[in-house]
Amino acid sequence: MALLEVENLSAAFGGVKAVDQVSFRVEPGSIFSVIGPNGAGKTTLFNLVTGIYHADSGEVRLEGRRVNGLKPYELARLGLSRTFQNLQICMNMTALENVMVGAHLRLDRSPLKAMLRLPAIVARDRELRREAAELMAYVGLADQVSAEADALSYGALKRLEIARALAARPKLLFLDEPAAGLNPTETGEIDGLIQKVAESGVTVVLVEHDMKLVMNLSDHILVLDYGRKLAEGTAAEVRRNPDVIAAYLGASA
Amino acid sequence: MRRSRYPGLLALSLFLALLPLALPNAYTYDVVVRILINAILVMGLNLLVGFAGQISLGHAGFVGMGAYSTAVLTTHANWHPLPAMAAGAALAGFLALMVARPIFRLKGQYLTMATLGLGIIIAIVIGNESAWTGGPDGMPVSSLSLVGFELSGEKRWYGFMAVLLVFSLWSCQNLMDSPFGRAVRALHGSEVASQVVGVNVGRYKVAVFVLTAMLASVMGSLTAHYVGFLTPGVAGFFHSIELVTMVVVGGMASLYGSIVGAALLTMLPQLLATLEGWETVAFGAILVFTMIFMPRGLVPTLAARFGRTR
Repeated sequence: MALLEVENLSAAFGGVKAVDQVSFRVEPGSIFSVIGPNGAGKTTLFNLVTGIYHADSGEVRLEGRRVNGLKPYELARLGLSRTFQNLQICMNMTALENVMVGAHLRLDRSPLKAMLRLPAIVARDRELRREAAELMAYVGLADQVSAEADALSYGALKRLEIARALAARPKLLFLDEPAAGLNPTETGEIDGLIQKVAESGVTVVLVEHDMKLVMNLSDHILVLDYGRKLAEGTAAEVRRNPDVIAAYLGASA
Repeated sequence: MRRSRYPGLLALSLFLALLPLALPNAYTYDVVVRILINAILVMGLNLLVGFAGQISLGHAGFVGMGAYSTAVLTTHANWHPLPAMAAGAALAGFLALMVARPIFRLKGQYLTMATLGLGIIIAIVIGNESAWTGGPDGMPVSSLSLVGFELSGEKRWYGFMAVLLVFSLWSCQNLMDSPFGRAVRALHGSEVASQVVGVNVGRYKVAVFVLTAMLASVMGSLTAHYVGFLTPGVAGFFHSIELVTMVVVGGMASLYGSIVGAALLTMLPQLLATLEGWETVAFGAILVFTMIFMPRGLVPTLAARFGRTR
């Protein structure tokens, strides 16, 4: 069974069909990429599947279970996590605390026990701190563990988001343009990181503009154009597809 | 590594233990006790305003609910002060819970306006139910006795409130440095990011609102016993503004800032009393200057200047 199945998903904003009858399946353990020209509806598709927006029609199934209309925090419970194209980092917290928030659902959230600093809470938090520091090292931020979030560079914040998402121990991780705004060296590092994450057993769904990164990483690629599915297949198949070439290069097919 | 919180708590305890040596008379004790009461109130409000980022302009309403629950239940129904205090807190918590759900559908100024309205309604009810509350004339409140120990006189109150302040600071710090507190701070930092890691943002906002309402109510009850006489002003709009001002001047999301803010703004009217009628002007001017030159508040600004970020 596919981990994620999307069927005929559509959403319109004031008459503009941002996503139009899109269907795809993501197999567990794979890296699945969504590409397309600017305004093709990639991020909208992401927001629909991750519960930020609501679809007008169509269905989303996670491990066979219909999840349309669930809130993001409910989807998080089912093992779905994501990062954002425009960074969503809590600048009022330390870098490490941002990662610790990622583990929210695995913790005892009782305010009363916390106020009285019961030993179980203290012990779990100490463990979590170590876990979060390890995750920061995993994404390449070992030297920023004690930094405030607002002291981190743009590239570091991009990784911090991935560390936070991983702290939730997701089955399915959505990465919205993880390489946007990064220089080639940083992009190469992100490439390695995504591969490492996928190899650890987390299924990755990627929206990305950087073609080299996408072609390099993806097991399966979905091409969107004007909200519709233009093509789908392996990197080699997509690269050869005349419609894709036309959409990207503007040639008439 | 993380800075330990215990040196700060120890320093505060030591300061509070030695402070009586510098207090010459009952009047100065009285001012300090009022500062301590306000400091705890403001710390609680800071959880909502500074940490969770939700501005409430109606918090004095909850203080008033606690104060008048205590006054009415002990005077008219002959209740013991402790269950009366608990009843007030439960009532404030229940009201906060009932109004929080619709209120937290609102954002920004709308939320602020809704809490403002709520506070005004509570103040009006207290002012109008004169059969119970004495209306604008106010009502007397008996003193507080805890398990055979009569809490009366400024010195005893000072000791009690000093211990309570240190305990409140400790537990607020604990709370904000816990999974619950991190979720609260995270929803302030980025609502959508906290949602995708599983934080039910609406529920957490409601939880903090209810928690701070109950805390405000308990402090209201204590105020009632300490002051011994209540007027509806305790629940009034100006009191709400005062509390928020203390949060802002001391520093958003800074618990020590709340203590400093409460101390400064409680002392200020006493110091400015000689200015006769101009004290409100001076009060306003200090606020304006703080906002212009230290928008983050006193303690975070000074802490940053001395090389610490928070």
